[in-house]
Amino acid sequence: MAAHLKKRVYEEFTKVVQQQHEDLSAKKLRLTKPSKSAALHVDLCKATSPADALQYLLQFARKPVEVESVEGVVRILLEHYYKENDASVRLKIASLLGLLSKTAGFSPDCIVDDAINTLQNEKSHQVLAQLLDTLLVIGTKLTENPSVRMRLIEVACKHLTDSSHGVRNKCLQLIGCLGPVEKGVVKETESQAAKDVQKIIGDHFNDQDPRVRTAAIKAMLQLHERGLKLQQTIYSQACKLLADDYEQVRSAAVQLIWVLSQLYPESIVPIPSSNEEIRLVDDAFGKICHMVSDGSWVVRVQAAKLLGSIQQVSSHFLEQTLDKKLMSDLRRKRTAHERAKELYSSGEFSSGRKWGDDAPKEEIDTGAVNLIESGACGAFVHGLEDEMYEVRIAAVEALCMLAQSSPSFAEKCLDFLVDMFNDEIEEVRLQSIHTMRKISNNITLREDQLDTVLAVLEDSSRDIREALHELLCCTNVSTKEGIHLALVELLKNLTKYPTDRESIWKCLKFLGSRHPTLVLPLVPELLSTHPFFDTPEPDMDDPAYIAVLVLIFNAAKSCPTMPALFSDHTFRHYAYLRDSLSHLVPPLRLPGRKLVSSPVSPSITPHEDPSQQFLHQSLERVYNVQHLDPQGIQELLEFTIRDLQRLGELQSELAGMADFTATYLQCQLLLIKALQEKLWNVAAPLYLKQNALASAAAKQILEETYKMEFMYSGVESRQVVIIHHMRLQAKALQLIVTARTTRGVEPLFGMCEKFLQEVDSFQRCFISELPHMQGSFVDKLLDLMPRLVTSKPSEVVKILQTTLRQSTFLHLPLPEQLHRATANIIEPTGESDNPLRFTSGLVVALDVDATLEHVQDPQGTVKVQVLYPDGQAQIIHPKPADFRNPGPGRHRLITQVYLSHTAWTEPCQIEVRLLLAYNSNRSKAAAKIPKSTWSDSLEVLPQSENGIEGTIPFSKPVKVYIMPKPARR
Amino acid sequence: MPEIKVTPLGAGQDVGRSCILVSIAGKNVMLDCGMHMGYNDDRRFPDFSYITQNGRLTDFLDCVIISHFHLDHCGALPYFSEMVGYDGPIYMTHPTKAICPILLEDYRKITVDKKGEINFFTSQMIKDCMKKVVAVHLHQTVQVDEELEIKAYYAGHVLGAAMFQIKVGCESVVYTGDYNMTPDRHLGAAWIDKCRPDLLITESTYATTIRDSKRCRERDFLKKVHETVERGGKVLIPVFALGRAQELCILLETFWERMNLKAPIYFSTGLTEKANHYYKLFITWTNQKIRKTFVQRNMFEFKHIKAFDRAFADNPGPMVVFATPGMLHAGQSLQIFKKWAGNEKNMVIMPGYCVQGTVGHKILSGQRKLEMEGRQILEVKMQVEYMSFSAHADAKGIMQLIRQAEPRHVLLVHGEAKKMEFLKQKIEQEFHVSCYMPANGETTTIVTNPCIPVDISLGLLKRETALGLLPEVKKPQLMHGSLIMKDNSFRLVSPEQALKELGLTEHQLRFTCRVHIQDPRKEHETVLRVYNHLKAVLKDYSVQHLPDGSITVESILIQATAHSEDQGTKVLLVSWTYQDEELGSYLTALLKKGLPQGT
Repeated sequence: MAAHLKKRVYEEFTKVVQQQHEDLSAKKLRLTKPSKSAALHVDLCKATSPADALQYLLQFARKPVEVESVEGVVRILLEHYYKENDASVRLKIASLLGLLSKTAGFSPDCIVDDAINTLQNEKSHQVLAQLLDTLLVIGTKLTENPSVRMRLIEVACKHLTDSSHGVRNKCLQLIGCLGPVEKGVVKETESQAAKDVQKIIGDHFNDQDPRVRTAAIKAMLQLHERGLKLQQTIYSQACKLLADDYEQVRSAAVQLIWVLSQLYPESIVPIPSSNEEIRLVDDAFGKICHMVSDGSWVVRVQAAKLLGSIQQVSSHFLEQTLDKKLMSDLRRKRTAHERAKELYSSGEFSSGRKWGDDAPKEEIDTGAVNLIESGACGAFVHGLEDEMYEVRIAAVEALCMLAQSSPSFAEKCLDFLVDMFNDEIEEVRLQSIHTMRKISNNITLREDQLDTVLAVLEDSSRDIREALHELLCCTNVSTKEGIHLALVELLKNLTKYPTDRESIWKCLKFLGSRHPTLVLPLVPELLSTHPFFDTPEPDMDDPAYIAVLVLIFNAAKSCPTMPALFSDHTFRHYAYLRDSLSHLVPPLRLPGRKLVSSPVSPSITPHEDPSQQFLHQSLERVYNVQHLDPQGIQELLEFTIRDLQRLGELQSELAGMADFTATYLQCQLLLIKALQEKLWNVAAPLYLKQNALASAAAKQILEETYKMEFMYSGVESRQVVIIHHMRLQAKALQLIVTARTTRGVEPLFGMCEKFLQEVDSFQRCFISELPHMQGSFVDKLLDLMPRLVTSKPSEVVKILQTTLRQSTFLHLPLPEQLHRATANIIEPTGESDNPLRFTSGLVVALDVDATLEHVQDPQGTVKVQVLYPDGQAQIIHPKPADFRNPGPGRHRLITQVYLSHTAWTEPCQIEVRLLLAYNSNRSKAAAKIPKSTWSDSLEVLPQSENGIEGTIPFSKPVKVYIMPKPARR
Repeated sequence: MPEIKVTPLGAGQDVGRSCILVSIAGKNVMLDCGMHMGYNDDRRFPDFSYITQNGRLTDFLDCVIISHFHLDHCGALPYFSEMVGYDGPIYMTHPTKAICPILLEDYRKITVDKKGEINFFTSQMIKDCMKKVVAVHLHQTVQVDEELEIKAYYAGHVLGAAMFQIKVGCESVVYTGDYNMTPDRHLGAAWIDKCRPDLLITESTYATTIRDSKRCRERDFLKKVHETVERGGKVLIPVFALGRAQELCILLETFWERMNLKAPIYFSTGLTEKANHYYKLFITWTNQKIRKTFVQRNMFEFKHIKAFDRAFADNPGPMVVFATPGMLHAGQSLQIFKKWAGNEKNMVIMPGYCVQGTVGHKILSGQRKLEMEGRQILEVKMQVEYMSFSAHADAKGIMQLIRQAEPRHVLLVHGEAKKMEFLKQKIEQEFHVSCYMPANGETTTIVTNPCIPVDISLGLLKRETALGLLPEVKKPQLMHGSLIMKDNSFRLVSPEQALKELGLTEHQLRFTCRVHIQDPRKEHETVLRVYNHLKAVLKDYSVQHLPDGSITVESILIQATAHSEDQGTKVLLVSWTYQDEELGSYLTALLKKGLPQGT
């Protein structure tokens, strides 16, 4: 046999060499390359001791092997495998086989037989395990081949009786990964052994080695993942495994139970020790709950996590998880939560707890108290009190998921969540606040709960406070006292942490608009109005007063009776705030004010509110005045831009759209201005100033178009075309200006060619959009294309100039939703007069804290730029982990920027700002449009702009005072 | 049968004076050596004369184990080792060893210096006693002597509290000491592996209580303190120096940190500073949060909590003061209380239980006018609050521990008899294990069924397992071999080797049995009938009919002869060697039943 094999091996080997000969003739470059397999063969033959051979193999493993020579190498290795007496070398060979079969592009069918053969005479358990691992690799590469799979499974089944756990482990893994998933096919084609993989694996649930038991469960889960429907009979076996001595077994068993509970939620299982029966999902839920008080925290985390995803469980089971029957000296005691609830419902305030206040009342029957219920009792109470914060977080998450699907449970778990606000670990606190926010639709906070929630407002962590504001934004409060309490606490927070101003105002805005009827009775008190006396006018700049007004005005929006309670100055303040803080103060219908033309058109549908109408009207006006004289157009554009910018400030929801159009009009205005110059025809050098203006305009238009393309989320392909068109116009302008200013034709050739290329690629990219662009610059240009290609640069320039002037102004359609990416640096504040001192040459860390809105993929695009006074600029890429996502469309960047510089004589300011990086290759157009319009053309297309990368500054720069001191010697 | 005997000298159906004697497989171990706080006479220490009337205790005890540093678990130690006389090893964990002498010294000072007792142990005795202590680490298996080994598990409760497993051969006992199954602000939860001891001796202080969530209590506590401080009031928290005090300190410290509060917190000095020092040292014994953050900052290095000076009590403005002792019966806490009691803005929070007769008990039971010494009447206007912060496992916790350890028997100590009764019933009902609750001096005997390890040669094992099918898990399997008992060890070897080792020659042992069968036919016909019968019954064995008229079943020989007197009766001679005893006896039984008719 061995001799025969050897012969075969040599045959194969020579074959490979021949192949290489063919290669040699085809590609000369390979001539000098020595054959890998041959070298290995020589090396292995030279090896005198196992240690030597091992060394050679190790060296060999470091280098990759080309696909063509894999098979040859495998043969060589196999040959040595049979010759080798030392187990460690065989082990290495076996592992190399696995590694080699992983080589991309290599199909391991040809070595399956040999690999299986090697198993036959192998005595060493370790080598066997490694060989099985190799087979696993081969099997996973050949999943489409059922006969190979079957053979491998048979091999695995045969070795399942091995006495070493490692071998059995691998066998089970192999079966799990390759076992047949479709029932029908198996019966016809295959032998006895491979018939019921589930049973084979199930038999090993009772293996004597815990590692094998774990592997068996894992294999079962693997089968499930591959789509096999597990049998329900496994359930009872799995339940037994929950009491295993080893944590990894228990942990895997919990998963298996969970899987089964999802597969057979409605089937009925008996309760041992009684005649009753319950649904499987309930039983499984109870069992997993039980594991929340397991001895090993790994199992506890696992169990707590899985609890959350059992949604079908019956409600009374679910509610038991929050119930830990309290008892003191055999008498039932009420929980503190229950007591709090009672105090609340009886209308009394807590008088402070007395000694023995919690004295138990009723006697309970000693027989009825079951101290350690097998059911779900108190699982969450335990989980939330766990020692390890991992378990607590998992429990909070599970609570969140269950509460989202069951309103009644949400109501019940509230007390527990509120308790978690006082956890010792900030992560847990934060997580529970977020959880609460997620379920806030289902709940209404009682006053005492609100009290506890509000107490957290004093937390020194900004994250916590902001999360809490966020929570309050969407909380339902039941009483007017609650609102008052919330307001008072928020104002307290404001005085303690003035930087929270914006967040608190926003919070009050939502609080007001959610509870208009509760705010109404509070208005006189809040505004401190008096029926007879005039009270002094409050200070308009007081953030606390603004906060109160924000609350009231938002409530007044849906409560028309409220304005009657306002005093005169309140109206004045309203007008002021509506103007200055328009995103917080809604438009109101106030008596005696014609702010809104509501009486005129009462039939306005909500989505077409007047401001949006205004936007559209003004745009219409602009587009319709093509025939106006140039001066008129300019003026109109200027006015419209001004209007739009103002509108954006006033109407936060329209800000994106208004800004977008304003930018577009601005581009147009610049273009028109540049073209309007009367001195175009005069020789250029005389009018340098003029050229400066035009080229600056071109540059600015380019910049603006990039902003339009990359800074707004929600831009569709229609807009992208217009933006690109505008850019093309800008480029044409640039070309004209350069042609005017430079002497000689040489540089122009290149530029012209490049421009024409761009036109060409524009046409190819947006071919489907071209029909919509009648009379535009590009339309005309394309008509003239044949002429342009053949003519001289000077002529091209001339043509461009005329086309540019004659082309019409393109209509910019507006998308449904448009948001502008904004960033706001909160820290550093830029107000500090104390310079940051550090020794030059060393670094100082500057904490940067910023909020980002409507930035897609901030991890990839947002950069921090630091500008030093000497003009040196530094761009820092924050780590992906520095970005947090507190809500949809919003991000928070908290990072550290390292500064360093050579010594300065006196402190100076550096500028820190955020940049939005863009790359036209992976622009939105490229990402989105393939789906809709030019689906296949993209791959073929050589990106015209060759991926222009750039950055857009999108935050206000903040100045930081720093002082690098010279190092002391 | 081997037994484990347990005799509580203290803490049997009682709280205080924990001292339990355990004899297991010929070894005597004393668990804890505490004092009783309720007595001032002889009853305060365990009655060591029970162990031996005369002669050194060292001869009777193999070791002493102290679970934690509370005086009701270690208070009698110097008396026991120095005055009664014990020189053997005393085991305790490192933190216990560090803190224990401080408490003992304090205890000595109070009894001798304040109460003026004589014939009490001295400082030197405490020092000498501590020299006998061997410190152990968690999960470290300590070999006391060749057979006896002990191992410590984490118990929560106080810093350094441990549960101990005592093991001799296959028999083992777990003693929990005091433990806590729910983590608190500075300690983790007790944990034990599935060690399946023969006996679990557990405390049962809260045998009938299932406690409310810890968070509610903490929140209440913090809220009350916070509100009072915001009002400008002063908060007095009387505490005992060790244990709960540190938990409350951490609680307030982190709260102050979180909420950015500025009001000062003071801790009355003395004992505490030393103790805090040890808390800082033994970080590994604390909970996850403290362990994880101590690199940045050790939680016991308090930023907001400062040492208290007597003069501070009169300072204006809000403050929080921790002062000893905990029951307001004397000392600094009482002095401060007197100063602050008159102002309704102030508050006193009692974090623990108060003994009857103390000021603490009086104010908790609602008394607003207190008669102080010198006929003074003190009107209490300040608010009085009670917050229970106790670190014992509740009923659910006890059950949880039993579930984790899976003992074969449970024994309850350190609790009230009535409550134990209830828990005992529950344990028996839930886990189906027997449960005991001996009173002091009462001996409980537990019969164990220890497994006896036997060495087997690998060759024999392989040979024997090869005979059977796959080794089934956790099922007994039949093996053949010779058991050699020599020098206290057992070995299972093959018969040949046993013979060789013992220098014996092999003897053949054959059993022969005659079975009478009524059969009028000829002998060879009978033989044939027997043969057919056996062939039909014993399908898996080789049954052969030999030419000489005998039958062999494997190696068993059967011959038939006619009865000398009665030709109708055939005598079947069955003969087998002792190795085939099983099959042989089966065959005879089979033949005795007679042959089936009609064949």
